[in-house]
Amino acid sequence: MIAILKYNAGNIKSVQNALNRLGYKSIITDNASELSGADKVIFPGVGEAGSAMQYLRERGLDKIIINLKQPVLGICLGLQLMCRFSEEGDTKCLGIFDTDVRLFPPLDKIPHMGWNNFLTIKGELFKGITIDDDIYYVHSYYAEIASCTIATCDYILPFSAAMQKENFYATQFHPEKSAEKGEIILKNFLEL
Amino acid sequence: MLKRRIIPCLDIKDGRTVKGVNFINLIDAGDSVELAKAYVKQGADELVFLDITATVENRKALTALVERIAAEINIPFTVGGGIDNVKDVSVLLKAGADKITVNSSAVRRPELISEIAGQFGNQCIVVAIDTKLVNNEWVVVVDGGRTMTEFKTIEWAVRVEELGAGEIMLTSMNTDGTKSGFSLDITGKVSRNVNIPVIASGGAGSMEHFKDVFFNTECSAALAASIFHFGEIDIWELKKYLKHEGIAIR
Repeated sequence: MIAILKYNAGNIKSVQNALNRLGYKSIITDNASELSGADKVIFPGVGEAGSAMQYLRERGLDKIIINLKQPVLGICLGLQLMCRFSEEGDTKCLGIFDTDVRLFPPLDKIPHMGWNNFLTIKGELFKGITIDDDIYYVHSYYAEIASCTIATCDYILPFSAAMQKENFYATQFHPEKSAEKGEIILKNFLEL
Repeated sequence: MLKRRIIPCLDIKDGRTVKGVNFINLIDAGDSVELAKAYVKQGADELVFLDITATVENRKALTALVERIAAEINIPFTVGGGIDNVKDVSVLLKAGADKITVNSSAVRRPELISEIAGQFGNQCIVVAIDTKLVNNEWVVVVDGGRTMTEFKTIEWAVRVEELGAGEIMLTSMNTDGTKSGFSLDITGKVSRNVNIPVIASGGAGSMEHFKDVFFNTECSAALAASIFHFGEIDIWELKKYLKHEGIAIR
């Protein structure tokens, strides 16, 4: 069973729809034992970092997330909340990835919205994907490149498109909204 | 490199897709979910669904239809039509919409934009601006083109960005439904004056029109309806053509 973390961020249903299309059963839950007992956990999110972190802390979900042992996939805001700190609302985040989240400098349109390809990719999450494949982004904040970065993208500046540390994976883009290329990446995670 | 987007727009009435010429005289163009799936196959980058009768008849966008669409398609989609409060937005996002669009209601009560952006983030609110050239000046019109406002188009565009809009969908009423090409003038001016993405809309009649709007303006996306619905332009062919012309396209 795949558990999708339920919290105050949008697009949770989109992730479940994508899993359904791939033939995977999932539950949307904030229950500690359901999360800990799941084969995989997906930590989605579209929203604001400060209020999302506050929500997670108030319910003790922050502790549950960092202690998960099975593969975890953060998506978009999920990725950002797994970093140390976000400039959005000056928010202390979960600190799984040793990097910080910053607002794009205003040198081009913000949000970075639409389809973009990769600068670099590595690892099993990107099996069957090339750097020319386009995937869908929508974000105004980005995670700086660090040792846990496994894919990079260039928009205004190079940033972390995906990160991994131990059992924790995360993508800044939305695999659930990235047509067939996104489905390949999601499937790679689900088959880990 | 970030790609320019091609967005088919599905105007919805009673759960079916329609497209009017200059927003009036609606012609039936087919089942919305079937059309949506066909567009995804053809390579559409996003979809927009507008419940076009909602503002006038005070109807809300069709939540059940949104749920069906969300279950079947794997690219982002925007829903609009008659949204005038945060609760409506919440219902549509929960049903599976990625973004919502507001138009007349934001002109009447601009704080609506901040309320939605504050609760759900800037990225999910697309402000639709319908504009018309009147006495050599681009002004904002509402109610599907029926009502003129005092708002100057560029000033309103700058203001909606300040209020928290994540994107602007700019429709020229002078060209909408005419197939004479996008209004390059106002599309260029608006996209230069704001730092959020602008979707050009209204007037697409040929593949060259898409090339013109991407070459001559900084718009991030181009939207069309009837030419896609009636198969006059195939999205796959259009994207191949634009790539060949040197435009960054997925």
